[in-house]
Amino acid sequence: MATATKKKLVQWGPAEVKSALLEKYPPKVARKRAKQIMINEAQQNETPELTANVRTIPGIITMRGCTYAGCKGVIMGPTRDIVNLVHGPIGCSFYAWLTRRNQTDAGPDGENYMNYCFSTDMQEQDIIFGGEKKLAQAIQEAYDLFHPKSIAVFATCPVGLIGDDIHTVSKNMKEKFGDCNVYAFSCEGYKGVSQSAGHHIANNQVFRHLVGQNDEVKPGKYKINLLGEYNIGGDGFEIDRIFKKCGITCISTFSGNSTYDQFASSHTADLNAVMCHRSINYVADMMETKYGIPWVKVNFIGAKATAKSLRKIAGYFGEKALIDRVEAVIAEEMPEVEAALAEITPRTEGKTAMMFVGGSRAHHYKELFDELKMKTISAGYEFGHQDDYEGRQVLPNIQVDADSRNIEEIEVSADETRFKPRKSDKEMKALEKAGYRFKHYDGLAADMDKGTLIIDDLNQYEAEKLVELMKPDIFCAGVKEKYSIQKLGVPMKQLHSYDSGGPYAGFQGAVNFYKEIDRMVNSKVWGFMKAPWQKNPQLSASYNWE
Amino acid sequence: MLLRHTPKEITERTALTINPAKTCQPIGAMYAALGIHGCLPHSHGSQGCCAYHRSALTRHYKEPISASTSSFTEGASVFGGQANMLQAINNIFTVYNPEVIAIHTTCLSETIGDDLPQIKKKAVAEGKVPEGRYLISASTPSYAGSHVTGFSNMVKAMAGMAEPTGKKNGKVNIIPGWVEPADMEEIKRITKMIGVKTILFPDTSGVLNGPLSGEYKMFPEGGTTVAELQSTGDSKGTLALGEWCSADAARELDKKHKVPCSVLDMPFGLKATDRFIDALRTIAGVSIPEEIAHERGQLVDMISDMHQYLYGKKVALVGDPDQLIAMTEFLVSMDMKPIHIVTGTPGKKFEKRIKELTKDMGCEVNVKAAGDMFLLHQWIKNEPVDLIIGNTYCKYIARDEDIPYVRWGFPILDRQGHQYFPTVGYKGGIRLLEKILGVLLDRKDRDDAESKFELVL
Ligand code: SF4
Ligand code: SF4
Repeated sequence: MATATKKKLVQWGPAEVKSALLEKYPPKVARKRAKQIMINEAQQNETPELTANVRTIPGIITMRGCTYAGCKGVIMGPTRDIVNLVHGPIGCSFYAWLTRRNQTDAGPDGENYMNYCFSTDMQEQDIIFGGEKKLAQAIQEAYDLFHPKSIAVFATCPVGLIGDDIHTVSKNMKEKFGDCNVYAFSCEGYKGVSQSAGHHIANNQVFRHLVGQNDEVKPGKYKINLLGEYNIGGDGFEIDRIFKKCGITCISTFSGNSTYDQFASSHTADLNAVMCHRSINYVADMMETKYGIPWVKVNFIGAKATAKSLRKIAGYFGEKALIDRVEAVIAEEMPEVEAALAEITPRTEGKTAMMFVGGSRAHHYKELFDELKMKTISAGYEFGHQDDYEGRQVLPNIQVDADSRNIEEIEVSADETRFKPRKSDKEMKALEKAGYRFKHYDGLAADMDKGTLIIDDLNQYEAEKLVELMKPDIFCAGVKEKYSIQKLGVPMKQLHSYDSGGPYAGFQGAVNFYKEIDRMVNSKVWGFMKAPWQKNPQLSASYNWE
Repeated sequence: MLLRHTPKEITERTALTINPAKTCQPIGAMYAALGIHGCLPHSHGSQGCCAYHRSALTRHYKEPISASTSSFTEGASVFGGQANMLQAINNIFTVYNPEVIAIHTTCLSETIGDDLPQIKKKAVAEGKVPEGRYLISASTPSYAGSHVTGFSNMVKAMAGMAEPTGKKNGKVNIIPGWVEPADMEEIKRITKMIGVKTILFPDTSGVLNGPLSGEYKMFPEGGTTVAELQSTGDSKGTLALGEWCSADAARELDKKHKVPCSVLDMPFGLKATDRFIDALRTIAGVSIPEEIAHERGQLVDMISDMHQYLYGKKVALVGDPDQLIAMTEFLVSMDMKPIHIVTGTPGKKFEKRIKELTKDMGCEVNVKAAGDMFLLHQWIKNEPVDLIIGNTYCKYIARDEDIPYVRWGFPILDRQGHQYFPTVGYKGGIRLLEKILGVLLDRKDRDDAESKFELVL
């Protein structure tokens, strides 16, 4: 098997693989896709080389979802004490009902609406005559039944078309109740080109309606927000455990295991640590401008990355007590990680992986495969932008197309009373001089080997081709891709919402991941695909009776 | 508690649906289309709907679900999706080359008012549809009906492929309705045993319960072929199983091509299966083989053997109308008491039918069409039951209320077996009964005092 893999790789250079992927397409499609497939040169371009965040081609079976999924599903899905009410026909709400593995811990009697699914279930007459009345009534009924602190309204495709003014309805209901914050998200699925537009829309409204609602200063030292962590499979729980151990106070997580009040108080933190750059960098930027909170990119996927991120946070605060504590925690946690690696890497070393997930995840999980000494031979995002691939230095040179221009950019300015630079100019300069980088992200390409294939918005056809040609030992994507890949005899791990297991973040998560990948790439099942008579069809000898 | 905010007191809701007992039309159309051999379902709308439907079906079947989308953006939503659709058709035939593209609409394209028949015509006129390839379409607005309606609409579109030659084919069309691949296989086994030649459509067996062999076939061996669908107009007649899922298609064949039809209940449980088998016997003019009577006898035997554990047990049911009607009849026939019954699919006829089936049960029955699982849960809080039967979402209620629970229906996201083991027919009845008894007796074994704990049940 190992030699077969090697031979394949030798036979198929990246340029050949690329042209094989494009071969069958109509010329127009081939031209478009060619720009979204890059043979990595790993150089820090100023002008982006790869095209990303562009429309999916009609008829080409895509992995992508929609704006609503990015907004309601990804960002707001993990919020437990907000009633998330979907205004639209039933389906959109039904499919987003408990289908992402966001975990939450409301305690025995805390508010938790995550197990519920709320919808206005629009009917034909609502489409014809407008659904505003029904929406107002549904908000009223939710309020009467549950008396939540907050109700969030989400628009699905038809709502935008028929012109329901969900924002005014929400505003009126908020005023009427007095003790319940009601606001809406215009996240119709046709906006933008992928889930990504929905992240942006969610960021805007969370910033507008939630952040800064509670000025009360929370106790604790070293206050941060963790942005872009959704507590899939309990990732956030593990990160929280580590923070606690280090003495870092997490004021809010956007939005895994979150509460309304955490969002409301998030502007009282002193640092924003950004996990998923794609889905949440907007809020980080806006909070910096309005409240003076700097942000740094972190990554808690991978044991080394976790240690690095902890040091980054400690370095920002710069106090010896924290720096020492963080070092002590790393020293305490790493032996278990190293023991697991020593045991497992002999079985994973040299194996190959492919990852097509998220807008940051493909990059994050590469860390874990590196630790397992596995090579990531091809990777890409489902809905990343060019800065997620090639680094934020390309931002000024990204051409904004019509689809992105339609997504609102909020004008933010410094808050008159609450803007407070967390560090003086001098302190910031000193940190930067010492190699500390704010608002900085190098992107995926910088970490990928030269000559590997970076592919944006990979589709089903290309996925199948890639697997056939390059025979990876494991493939990572989402649920829709899982079984077509596994039919080819290649294990497939879901890395958006993990198919099972987790957490995979932090130190304990890393160990879980090593074990999971070991289980998958070394499972006996892949050896059972052919029956004995299929492996050996010729009747070379007669049966030997005992 | 998982559903800790659900109050016992029931208040009227006119606008808010909580924990729906239905989903939207297109997913039904997609499932039906997967039952055509060599067919790629296509969702005409923005790509999120398609992604959701594929994901939901994937989670239920643990199988690849291929379907394409017109990927509307804001522009298409304003100017109409014709250009997207034409481009999609061209790309689909070039890259995937299916025999049929089965197009369904979404709320979005319906709200815009895209005219699929016209777009199809244009595609054909522009030469975008290769020789021997087909486009079929169904209008599936999600703001009407439910996933069941969407299924029915696509099956009707399949019936629209009929091209009568004038020469009868001697076959009986069977429209199985939204049942599992294993159920479709079982129906074929039964008709084969009886010796009736059939065209079963749709037929997802061999499509959504495939093997792992190291090979991925986008279009697996299974599915009703185009030739068979065309031939449905030459059949002796049509048996439509389920008024909600299958009747429209059967009536279409009757209206257009004078293929007579009967609408039967889905053959779940003893009595509905009896009627199905008897109908086959009469249509084909054959006598029923001993093997079938034997299977029937086994089911009756099992009911009688275990009647003491079934008698008087109260049951809450949630699911789709055709399935619930048959299940209610089955439970009543075993002297069980289905007392809370909810479907999300609208239709007063459903409530009437359930009322009839349960009228001699001697107790109050709560039944609601266009209801939701929040209401079901409230009913259960007011009058507890011994058993819940329904889809995976029931597990939240079952755990909170500590009630034995059998997974049956759509979707089942957390257990396996529905792809492989049928619940239609007599053998299917035995499996259902096995599952019901399993959870009831597990509960008894869990709860009985040690002094009462018994080896033999
Ligand atoms: S927009 Fe309509 S068709 Fe699409 S998922 Fe929602 S309800 Fe279903
Ligand atoms: S999978 Fe990631 S990249 Fe994708 S939305 Fe989730 S956290 Fe972001």
